[in-house]
Amino acid sequence: MAVDDDVRNVIIIGSGPAGLTAAIYAARANLAPLVLEGEPSSTSDQPGGQLMLTTDVENYPGFPQGILGPQLMLDFREQASRFGAEMQTVKASKVDFSSRPYGVWVGDPDAPEPTYRAHTVIVSTGAQALMLGLPNEQRLVGYGVSTCATCDGFFFRDQDIAVVGGGDSALEEANFLTKFARSVTLIHRRDQLRASKIMQDRAKANAKIRFLWNSVVDDVIGDAKVEELRVRNVLTDEITSVPVSGLFVAIGHVPHTDLFKGLLTMEDSGYLVTGLGEGATSTNVDGVFACGDVQDHTYRQAVTAAGSGCMAAIDAERWLENHQSDG
Amino acid sequence: MAEGMSTLTDSTFDEEIGAATEAVVVDFWAEWCGPCKMITPILEEIATEHAGKVKVAKLNVDDNPNVTRRFEVMSIPTLIVFQDGQPVRRMIGAKGKGQLLQELSDFIA
Repeated sequence: MAVDDDVRNVIIIGSGPAGLTAAIYAARANLAPLVLEGEPSSTSDQPGGQLMLTTDVENYPGFPQGILGPQLMLDFREQASRFGAEMQTVKASKVDFSSRPYGVWVGDPDAPEPTYRAHTVIVSTGAQALMLGLPNEQRLVGYGVSTCATCDGFFFRDQDIAVVGGGDSALEEANFLTKFARSVTLIHRRDQLRASKIMQDRAKANAKIRFLWNSVVDDVIGDAKVEELRVRNVLTDEITSVPVSGLFVAIGHVPHTDLFKGLLTMEDSGYLVTGLGEGATSTNVDGVFACGDVQDHTYRQAVTAAGSGCMAAIDAERWLENHQSDG
Repeated sequence: MAEGMSTLTDSTFDEEIGAATEAVVVDFWAEWCGPCKMITPILEEIATEHAGKVKVAKLNVDDNPNVTRRFEVMSIPTLIVFQDGQPVRRMIGAKGKGQLLQELSDFIA
């Protein structure tokens, strides 16, 4: 990557609902934001964020009939571009917040000079779905273990599959997968679900979904593809074999904050802490703001992410106004 | 579709893969797959930039169940590299251009 001599007003790292809303607001404030939108991936660490791996979004206001997640994100992106946000389909590999203007690297993190420099940085790198962390799970990704239900559900037509998890995303996946699968076994470590009432009602009314309570997956069995799961009852320690050809995991999220370790204040869980300086989205570093799921493990909705993206852009704009003479 | 990429179907697959003198990267994709759409422009670039060394072809899994089943594709995007008619490399999931080029380096060197 060639070094860019311009010092930008704002660099936005990440392009989910938070990052792109920040881009819309910053662009309309004539700040000409640069958005490092990430690189394609089949995990949620990708341009557009977690919504790129979903289908119908039914709770984003303004769409009474619902809208497809990937379409919603394309629309966000188009809206940001229309007002002059610059999109780069690359991933930030390193940041330097030790002196101003701040440096952001793309590509080789050992390059002597940052690829881009900016007066302010908005961090909206989001969060990514967790996997179970079993060795055989990794080996069988693409051979029955899926990181994207919307991509892969189609291949499990009339087959028996399993979903692990008990929150809204697990139930959403389970419901979606019953369009294709013969049966979906929902495996959950507790005896009740965390998911919202409407999602629970929908899942419980779905004849193709059965529930395995108080259960965890100990191993995924299969040479060339998934054949069965070893499931352990956490109350009795009894192990049962669940024959399935597909495994979809929806057990929670981990924020994308590796880039900021030691630089930005974060909770033990890795989520960034905000409200530490000027503005609700401020971090511990003056002129660095955070928005969206990277700093929110409570609400984690597209609309709350978008709202906090707007706040970050306004905070950055005010910061730039207040520091115009700093150079 | 960009000039660099061709489209394969159940009925043309064997003939076109068999006749190719260079390596062919087959992109198994579908309209409803977000990550598939994200890598399409990257594959188009690779096809154009490395024309003569590697061919890139798309196969829609919705419309072409036979080839999809024959190669046991269970996740998309899946990229399978064919050389002399044989599958020699398989890549699962969307990736950035740098990583794709690295994984294809044996074929485009």
